[in-house]
Amino acid sequence: MTENRRFPNPSDIETPPGAEGWERMYPYYYKFDDGSNKERFEYENKALWFYDGLHYPEPHYPFDLFWDECWFIALSQYNSRIFMMPPALGIDHRILNGYVYITPLGVSDPEKIEKRIEIFKKRAGYYYKNWDTLVKQWEEKMEGIIDDLENLEFPDLPEMEDESVVFEAKGISSGYLLLKEYQKLIDLGILAWQYHFEFLNLGYAAYLTFVDFCMKAFPGISMQVVARMVSGLDVILYRPDEELRKLAKLAIKLDLQDLFKGTVETDAILAEMEKTENGKKWLEEFEKAKHPWFYLSTGTGWYHTDKAWIDDLGIPLASIKGYIEMLEKGENIDRPLDQIREDRERIANEYRELLENEEDKRTFDELLGLAKVVFPYVENHLFYVEHWFHTVFWQKVRELAQIIARFGVIEGPEDIWFLTRFEVEQVLWDIVTSWATGTKPRGAIDWPPGIEERKKIYQKLKEWNPPPALGTPPDVITEPFTIMLWGITTERMKEWLETAATGEGEVTDEVRGFPGSPGIVEGPARVARNVEEIDQIQEGEILVAPTTSPSWAPAFTKIKAAVTDVGGIMCHAAIVCREYGLPAVVGTGHATKQIKTGDIIKVDGNNGVVKIIKRD
Amino acid sequence: MVKYVLWFDETGKDAVNLVGGKVASLGELINAGFPIPPGFAVTSEAYKEFVRYNNLSETIGKMLAPLKDNMDDYILLEETSFRIRNLIESADMPKGVEEAISSAYHELEEETGVDNLRVAVRSSATAEDMDDASFAGQHDSYLNVKGVNQVINKVKRCWSSLFTPRVLPYRVKHGIKHHEALMGVAVQKMVNPRAAGVMFTLYPTTGRKDVVVIEAVWGLGEGLVSGLCTPDNYAVNKITFDVEEENISSKEMEIVYDKKQGKNIHNEVPKERRNVSCLSREELIELTKIGKKIEKYYSNPQDIEWAIDTDLKFPDNIFILQSRPETVWSRKKKDLPKPEGGVLDIIVSNIVTGKKLE
Repeated sequence: MTENRRFPNPSDIETPPGAEGWERMYPYYYKFDDGSNKERFEYENKALWFYDGLHYPEPHYPFDLFWDECWFIALSQYNSRIFMMPPALGIDHRILNGYVYITPLGVSDPEKIEKRIEIFKKRAGYYYKNWDTLVKQWEEKMEGIIDDLENLEFPDLPEMEDESVVFEAKGISSGYLLLKEYQKLIDLGILAWQYHFEFLNLGYAAYLTFVDFCMKAFPGISMQVVARMVSGLDVILYRPDEELRKLAKLAIKLDLQDLFKGTVETDAILAEMEKTENGKKWLEEFEKAKHPWFYLSTGTGWYHTDKAWIDDLGIPLASIKGYIEMLEKGENIDRPLDQIREDRERIANEYRELLENEEDKRTFDELLGLAKVVFPYVENHLFYVEHWFHTVFWQKVRELAQIIARFGVIEGPEDIWFLTRFEVEQVLWDIVTSWATGTKPRGAIDWPPGIEERKKIYQKLKEWNPPPALGTPPDVITEPFTIMLWGITTERMKEWLETAATGEGEVTDEVRGFPGSPGIVEGPARVARNVEEIDQIQEGEILVAPTTSPSWAPAFTKIKAAVTDVGGIMCHAAIVCREYGLPAVVGTGHATKQIKTGDIIKVDGNNGVVKIIKRD
Repeated sequence: MVKYVLWFDETGKDAVNLVGGKVASLGELINAGFPIPPGFAVTSEAYKEFVRYNNLSETIGKMLAPLKDNMDDYILLEETSFRIRNLIESADMPKGVEEAISSAYHELEEETGVDNLRVAVRSSATAEDMDDASFAGQHDSYLNVKGVNQVINKVKRCWSSLFTPRVLPYRVKHGIKHHEALMGVAVQKMVNPRAAGVMFTLYPTTGRKDVVVIEAVWGLGEGLVSGLCTPDNYAVNKITFDVEEENISSKEMEIVYDKKQGKNIHNEVPKERRNVSCLSREELIELTKIGKKIEKYYSNPQDIEWAIDTDLKFPDNIFILQSRPETVWSRKKKDLPKPEGGVLDIIVSNIVTGKKLE
């Protein structure tokens, strides 16, 4: 990248009017330097900062930034300090106008790289060699901490402590416990994200090496085809949906399908079920499926606004209804597993046959072998952390928010998201202290108007369009996540520079994103902003959604293609579309804003382009 | 017993001397089960008999003699070629050959159920190096030929095209004796194409082997070959069958057969069809599958001519007209990592290299 082709410096970006003071909503070390420190200012301007729209389509709620803080440490440490990824250090983070920007850091000294290579081979080698055993252990660890999280109890602060405190000589108060449980909550959150990256960097490195081999051996091969050779069949992200299919079949077998006629009223259906023997049998299975499979977020799990099935049983019930209808029409609702398995083997074998000599075939076999070993984790960890853990976590924070709201520091539980996790800790100290002393918390005076102010700022930030990148592009990128997740490539840079040149907000008939799943198809668009809207989808439509998650699975049996605002090559929509052989363009940024239901659109999943062909 | 006519399915690669490279290849394809429009070959034996019957060899030898040391004399070359071609075309067809062609043509009419069947009459040279890409189109080829008399007439013209001004110097340069240059002629039912074009079983510009590239125009493939209009262009992955590239161009002209005039005409494509893909998704994929099979059959990348018939239904509407080895692309050595050091070494070197941003 040449010097003159660069993005604006962070310090060139202005605060949108009305959003002044946004910096106070986030930790101080997330701020770009304003020039007061020469060294930090220069470092920041010389780096390439790209907007992490993949995870964060919206500006950050102060509390939700917690996950960013967690992976800020976790991803980086595995590269830089634990596995000693030879040329790659961590990923640095900043916030600008509420949006997270990140930059990968590298090791430039060849001697240091040389030393790191030996250590990396020893350490990474251990994980690759023992992958399956270690992943099993990992799953147990994760289930353990999710258990701990579920067992957290935030004590209400009583007028008078129970006498057991005295007669059992406990020596501590509910106030202490409240503070302690909050610390535990935060601690578990950090821990989940420590585990999240235990395998991921290595998984990506192995997978990317296979991708690179294929790119060299079969120039022009698409990432999606490579993914199809590798992707797992027993990926647990499909499990929740499979449970729903099973429940739909069971409902028919037990002659309960009539309960699903008409609109889905969760309470009514569940109450009717209770009335019959067959209904009770079905409920039993329904209860069994809930844990853990309904801890599936309808979003990415990164925002507290992402609802999970367990939070609204109407979502899975509506899908079950959809499956019942398909079954009654005589349709097959099973995943074509044999077909997928056969295709995967066939594609890999036919590509292998294109190689010219035995030596290349051996390399191909070894790299494919390892990629297949690491890939299930790459897909499965999402369920454990982003879906299951996060869902329980949000529930727990809401429990805590009830207590804080009772003390008047926030006006309602949903206001807690406008405080940072550090501020929540202070608020709890404020509450516990005033409870202990018999006064009123100071926060009840300061925070309600403070939160009102923050809500206004947040709104302004939401209306602002973050530029895709800031600073100076480097010559080489070596950090595996940057390549695989965010797809930072020469082409992407060019696109961003062009976007920067043409300006935002122009109305065009073209939307660009990542090629998520190959194929080209034309058809009517159906914009669904959340999973509740998927029952409106008609056979043969093209789904346009902010993002999808496994709870959207029923939609994929009807649609012709998918387009999402958020996501990379490994996002849910891309993975499922590849499995079903549907084209997908993901990570477009704003397809749901630009495309309207009923537009005739053309989805080019090979090049990541969506064209609006006709609008009435 | 000498055969003057052979059905396509009676030929194959061993019959090159008898029927020429083009027919031999069609025979191979038919016998391998590929959809080839039916037809027969007039063999080189028929040509030999024709030459013998009319005593042409000596006459032609005499006519060519003055050219021997004067190949650069273009006027002399043109004139000699003209005279020889005239001689051949006006010579009589021996009875036996005429009968063989006539009865084969009628049989073809019966087989297809069409009276006065329209056929293509194409040269199929026996000297292998005269049939390769660099020589393509040098011999005569006639479309929309109807009736025995016309067929016989065109067969003679194909034979005489052994003596065009382009071909003669080539033979001299390569030391091929004139009486050794033989010619088979293909007589093949005309497809009535809705669309036609070519297919390469690799990516011609990069040599990428996992895709086929298809070019298609409305009407006859001649519209593409002659550069009458820009074709639609597709790249289909031959392993996953994903359509990876699709460029639909504005196709303003097409070449179609005009019944009234009894010949091919240049036709303006109606507006509503211009920017529409010539091929449906299923046709694209079926073509790709056929291309893949042909390539596998020959164990070599192929350059294939195909057509989609207007009247027949998918998948019976797809026809292969010709397949030749793709000769342009030379294999490039790829710099792939070696397996010796194990996976870990490959991963390390891959990480260390990283991704270059240009």
